[in-house]
Amino acid sequence: MSLSSDGPKIMPDAESAREAIETESIAVRRHGPFVHLRERWNELPRQAQWAWLLIVVAIAFALPYLNFFPLTTEPGNDWPIACFSMAVYALVGVGLNIVIGYAGLLDLGYVAFFAVGSYTAAMFTSPDSPLAKIPYLWTLPLAIAITMFFGVLLGVPTLRLRGDYLAIVTLGFGEIVRILATIIPAMNGQVGFQNVGHPPGTDAHGLPVFVVSNGTPWYWLTLAVIIIVLLLAGNLERSRVGRAWVAIREDEDAAEIMGVPTFKYKVWAFAMGAGVGGLSGALFAGQVGFVNNQKFDVQTSILFVAAVVLGGAGNKVGALLGGAIVAYIPVRFTAIADYKYLIFGVVLVLLMIFRSQGLVPAKMRLLAFARRAMHWVPPTEPKSAPESANATEGSAS
Amino acid sequence: MSDAVQAVPASDDIETFDEPALVEGAESEREVAVEVGENLVEVRNLTMKFGGLLALDDVSFDIKRGEILGLIGPNGAGKTTCFNAMTGVYKPTSGDVLLEGVSLKGRKQHKITRMGLARTFQNIRLFGDMTALENVVVGLDARHRTSVPGALLRLPRHVREEASSIDRGMALLEFVGIAQHAEKRARELSYGSQRRLEIARALATDPKLLCLDEPAAGFNPAEKEELMALIRAIREEGYTVLLIEHDMKLVMGVTDRIVVLEFGRKLADDVPKAIRNDPRVIAAYLGEPEDDAA
Repeated sequence: MSLSSDGPKIMPDAESAREAIETESIAVRRHGPFVHLRERWNELPRQAQWAWLLIVVAIAFALPYLNFFPLTTEPGNDWPIACFSMAVYALVGVGLNIVIGYAGLLDLGYVAFFAVGSYTAAMFTSPDSPLAKIPYLWTLPLAIAITMFFGVLLGVPTLRLRGDYLAIVTLGFGEIVRILATIIPAMNGQVGFQNVGHPPGTDAHGLPVFVVSNGTPWYWLTLAVIIIVLLLAGNLERSRVGRAWVAIREDEDAAEIMGVPTFKYKVWAFAMGAGVGGLSGALFAGQVGFVNNQKFDVQTSILFVAAVVLGGAGNKVGALLGGAIVAYIPVRFTAIADYKYLIFGVVLVLLMIFRSQGLVPAKMRLLAFARRAMHWVPPTEPKSAPESANATEGSAS
Repeated sequence: MSDAVQAVPASDDIETFDEPALVEGAESEREVAVEVGENLVEVRNLTMKFGGLLALDDVSFDIKRGEILGLIGPNGAGKTTCFNAMTGVYKPTSGDVLLEGVSLKGRKQHKITRMGLARTFQNIRLFGDMTALENVVVGLDARHRTSVPGALLRLPRHVREEASSIDRGMALLEFVGIAQHAEKRARELSYGSQRRLEIARALATDPKLLCLDEPAAGFNPAEKEELMALIRAIREEGYTVLLIEHDMKLVMGVTDRIVVLEFGRKLADDVPKAIRNDPRVIAAYLGEPEDDAA
């Protein structure tokens, strides 16, 4: 478990190591539609990027009204509520991506944080709960705080484990939370909590804006939350925190030796991911208006992981899309909804074979002022030396 | 790639060797003491056992500030074990390592790095998905103090550190001669560039002692020459260097002093010239055909 790989491991012959590296540098040329798109995106000036983002955000906000044929859900599924559900899954994807995508910690019990967030919102607003009541919107930061606490609670004892071991322990944690909800009397088990609170506000007729039957305001609220979370996650990504996470993902031992306090940053990754999970859980509880112990099973956890892997682990936009797709497919194609795990399974297998990096592959920007580096980089002129040719073409293409 | 002797440097990586001074903005933020003589690191009776295997047996030596110390020995002599025990990767069975008089015993690896002991790896261990510049900035982060909330909210310290890290990172890449590859992913770099990037990343942690674990493995003679120049330039900048190397020509050419290990024990500790003529060393090591070692 320690750095045994550096010591007693049989040292590969340096010459063969060299060859391996040089062959790999040719092999890593990536293709795909998104690579080209990303290059063009990166070349755009800052203002143009913001303008495009504004358009995307505007379309996203208009989504509940874009209820026409190829997009719309099948009869029986409400389109605005489907939009909300997509947004919640997208938010879950962004949160889980911090844990899996950035720090490379496979968390198979993420639904536990979602559950903690849901129960926080329910127990502090529902009349069925013995706890003191607070306004719904206050439960959002509270849910973040409580789930972050649970994230640390889970992280401190388990994050000394790696890889498969960590995955198994998190899987167990997910089950523990669900079972606790069943056996602790105050959590009402299957009876659950009715009439979970909602944000204030009434329309022209004096009726509340946020109701269970109308997904649109909930969707807008969630979308606003997503945008804030994306901005904050972007800040983390382009900082020593994001770099520490990716360094841990790439090579934990090397990261530690380069001065990264790996344990501390792994716990932070868990806490941050948990906070976003709790936030999405609280939003979900608000819209549905009812929370009991039936919604937080292992399958949902696996679905969350599938969303991140499908979209592209390590890329927050990818995880966002992955989450939205995972929520969208069952409501768009009701006929196949019962087979959704089968279909997602097949899709994931195919994806792993043909596009293992996910729909939107990760190419993280880990520096806050990367553009400043550009003036340092001398223009690459074509090289004649045979050795360098391989390496240069690799990324210049 | 054949190992045939090439008259011209085969890579484009080596350009900035005439003036290896760190560019402005890249200087260490710490006061570097350059006077040679005083002990920087003291290795005291270091013993390392793996089960029944005695990998290091009561090894003691000093590293003086500002020198380049070579650590050599035949395969399996315990060079890398000694390295790992010093840098906290292994917990020594007994003995101690002092950095400027402070014991490193029982400290976490990242703490040891922050105390001023950085290393490279025999088998390259870069962060493959990060660009070269990002790899170096991970090293620089060892000296940064931005907190997670600070990064989340882009507080002034974060902004200041991020801005300076670009300049220092680029200067370090330029120093090792791979500035033109700053935006490439580490795994896309050529082998020689990867080795150089490892050195740049270790230098970025602003070490008092830089430990290089076989930096010339897999290099051709021309590249070895350039590496020697780089190691000398690193010393000129005020860093102390501990060099593990198989290649005797390189070790003899660049070090001030050499410690020889054999079967986990210290065999000799002297200037290169004396080591070259030491009959015990010749018997243990130089008696073998030199070509095999490289």
